[in-house]
Amino acid sequence: MSTENEWPLWEVFVRTKAGLDHKHCGSLHAADPKMALQMARDVYTRRQEGSSVWVVRSDQIVASDPGDKDMLFDPAEDKVYRHPTFYKLPDSVDHM
Amino acid sequence: MYTQAMDTLREEGGDKPPLRTAEEAQLQQRFDNRIDAGEFIEAKDWMPENYRKTLLRQISQHAHSEIVGMLPEGNWITRAPTLKRKAILLAKVQDEGGHGLYLYAAAETLGTSRDQMLDALHTGKAKYSSIFNYPTLTWADVGAIGWLVDGAAIMNQVPICRCSYAPYARAMVRICREESFHQRQGYDSLLVMMKEGTEAQRAMVQEAVNRWWWPCLMMFGPPDDQSPNSAQGMRWGIKRVSNDTLRQKFVDAAMQQAEVLGVSFPDPDLRWNEATGHWDYGKIDWSEFWRVVGGEGPCNRERLAARVKAWEEGKWVREAALAHARKSDLKEAA
Repeated sequence: MSTENEWPLWEVFVRTKAGLDHKHCGSLHAADPKMALQMARDVYTRRQEGSSVWVVRSDQIVASDPGDKDMLFDPAEDKVYRHPTFYKLPDSVDHM
Repeated sequence: MYTQAMDTLREEGGDKPPLRTAEEAQLQQRFDNRIDAGEFIEAKDWMPENYRKTLLRQISQHAHSEIVGMLPEGNWITRAPTLKRKAILLAKVQDEGGHGLYLYAAAETLGTSRDQMLDALHTGKAKYSSIFNYPTLTWADVGAIGWLVDGAAIMNQVPICRCSYAPYARAMVRICREESFHQRQGYDSLLVMMKEGTEAQRAMVQEAVNRWWWPCLMMFGPPDDQSPNSAQGMRWGIKRVSNDTLRQKFVDAAMQQAEVLGVSFPDPDLRWNEATGHWDYGKIDWSEFWRVVGGEGPCNRERLAARVKAWEEGKWVREAALAHARKSDLKEAA
């Protein structure tokens, strides 16, 4: 069955309150940006979950390939010195 | 609401189709290991074809159930007895629409389109929960649906929050969070009628409970020894708790709630079993269940006809919105 007459898919990001990040919370179909925003409001913030909403066309998102997961993220695995806990300091100055 | 143990539909083939290549065997092995380790599977990860098919069927049928489930209650929005109950019912029915959307979106990640799923519903190829093929005859039915139908749905749905397929699990977490209001508002509305109502209102509540009790028990699906796909569902981490276990949990919880409410259930065999620590209940009429699933329930035709009508009559709106968007894009580009 043809899907070319389906409204395009949008990803929805909601900021729960000022000062926090926008967080991905789901997706929806809408014909245009204005409708996508209105529907995101109706679907994802019915209980005051949001103070700001972003919508992005799903086909505009560039994502990493799950198959490349090891190649992309393994190099960070052996770099424990990037964490503050790697450094053992004397108790008296350990709050540093 | 509203999944039903949809492994009732037996069209699924064997669990392990012959593997074609060594590479595929390796992928399968890696997949099995991830499931065993309790890891989540994401949309773009490799998965066995039957895992995909089973999930697609279950999630889309779950989504259809949410949408069809708007109809029996929507029937009472204009006739709710007070403005408060009308606002509550509107909010609840709107939630069900939202739940349908979360679930359709989860199903779409498995590589099918919304239109394909709707087409399967409208042509009768896809099922939805049999409970919605029963009518809402009185206002007490709205309360009984909230208390018992949503109550049964919550029992069913909470374990799916830990489903191995992450998009489904995420949708379920959101749904379960919103669902408990549904059960509480139903119970609350029945409680008002039982405690402050007239004799006729109390009788109306009992009559509604009598009609919904057995169909609610059927929502958990056939007994474990007649659920051939359950074992595979468990193996894949799609199903976490067996039909009979969930059903028993529901009966135990409902018995206490019924006592507070002051209603009884239409089952002479209900009695406390000291040895098991559970309530024993009578035999479920599975022939009724299969009849309703098969299309012969009181409202099957009406429900499907309402969905098809809404879809067809909304066609020009969908097309106009799309045409408008395309025209605006062209204008912007020019």
